[in-house]
Amino acid sequence: MADAVLFEFLHTEMVAELWAQDPDPDPGPGVSAGPGGGGGGGWGGQKMSLSVLEGMGFRVGQAMAERLPRETLAFREELDVLKFLCKDLWVAVFQKQMDSLRTNHQGTYVLQDNSFPLLIRMSSGLQYLEEAPKFLAFTCGILRGALSTLGIKSLVTASVAALPACKFQVVIQRC
Amino acid sequence: MSRQTNRGTESKKMSSELFTLTYGALVTQLCKDYENDEDVNKQLDKMGYNIGVRLIEDFLARSNVGRCHDFRETADVIAKVAFKMYLGITPGITNWSPAGDEFSLILENNPLVDFVELPDNHSSLIYSNLLCGVLRGALEMVQMAVEAKFVQDTLKGDGVTEIRMRFIRRIEDNLPAGEE
Repeated sequence: MADAVLFEFLHTEMVAELWAQDPDPDPGPGVSAGPGGGGGGGWGGQKMSLSVLEGMGFRVGQAMAERLPRETLAFREELDVLKFLCKDLWVAVFQKQMDSLRTNHQGTYVLQDNSFPLLIRMSSGLQYLEEAPKFLAFTCGILRGALSTLGIKSLVTASVAALPACKFQVVIQRC
Repeated sequence: MSRQTNRGTESKKMSSELFTLTYGALVTQLCKDYENDEDVNKQLDKMGYNIGVRLIEDFLARSNVGRCHDFRETADVIAKVAFKMYLGITPGITNWSPAGDEFSLILENNPLVDFVELPDNHSSLIYSNLLCGVLRGALEMVQMAVEAKFVQDTLKGDGVTEIRMRFIRRIEDNLPAGEE
């Protein structure tokens, strides 16, 4: 059983590694194209790395949800699924529950974590605001992946107003 | 960071799967980004090293072990305290060299490789090479230059996973690497 801190250390190193690989906007031949690729100007590289991290998180979230016992997966409503993410999944990944869940009851959910563990080690406030998205991409993927296994297609984005608090926005994609 | 009370074994189990799954996603991504296995191995080692130099602080803070007086003590601490704390396993220590500067860690099961199979076109990949980097980085921070390498791997069909640890020298000065 791996200690929880190992994930944090690994995640930090992954962010550093995947960022270092893409200093310029043009993707190299070895980098896989993600949905964010092809953006104009100097932000192409950044989008590429974010989508790579998000993609990795997606596979992890997918796999984690697949391993849950059958009875856990029998949700009655969409809101129950989101509550599950906020409680059980968040505890499994971050040893704490999400601090708040809000919804417009029309397929948009805002999950708020007031002290997001992957941001805690960075100084609080506004100093590293620009860096924060790199530390959220993987987790957005975990949420989207878990939802996918639970039968829900979604778009997950994250925003930070002031570290270490952040919000994850989940928008359900209806076909 | 305050420590949450244990919410039961299922939560811990998912937590441990999280690391294994994340590691797997990382190796998969590196295999896409780098053209050959050797480069992936080097990258894993380097990332492991970066993790190790920080992990040692976490380890020393939580384990309360004092300074090791020789390499044998170090081996015991690595196997019985560190591996237990972080990966929940206690590797065996065997095959000491006559000079006492080399030993093997025997892992009957390696948590990193749960659910993993190596495809045929990655026969030179050292899947768990991150561990070697972690060991090297962590020990460097406590003034020991060591070499760690896999000599057996269950992923490659061996019966056990074996990491060979070799003591190179004591690091005397406290200057950060790269400064003269």
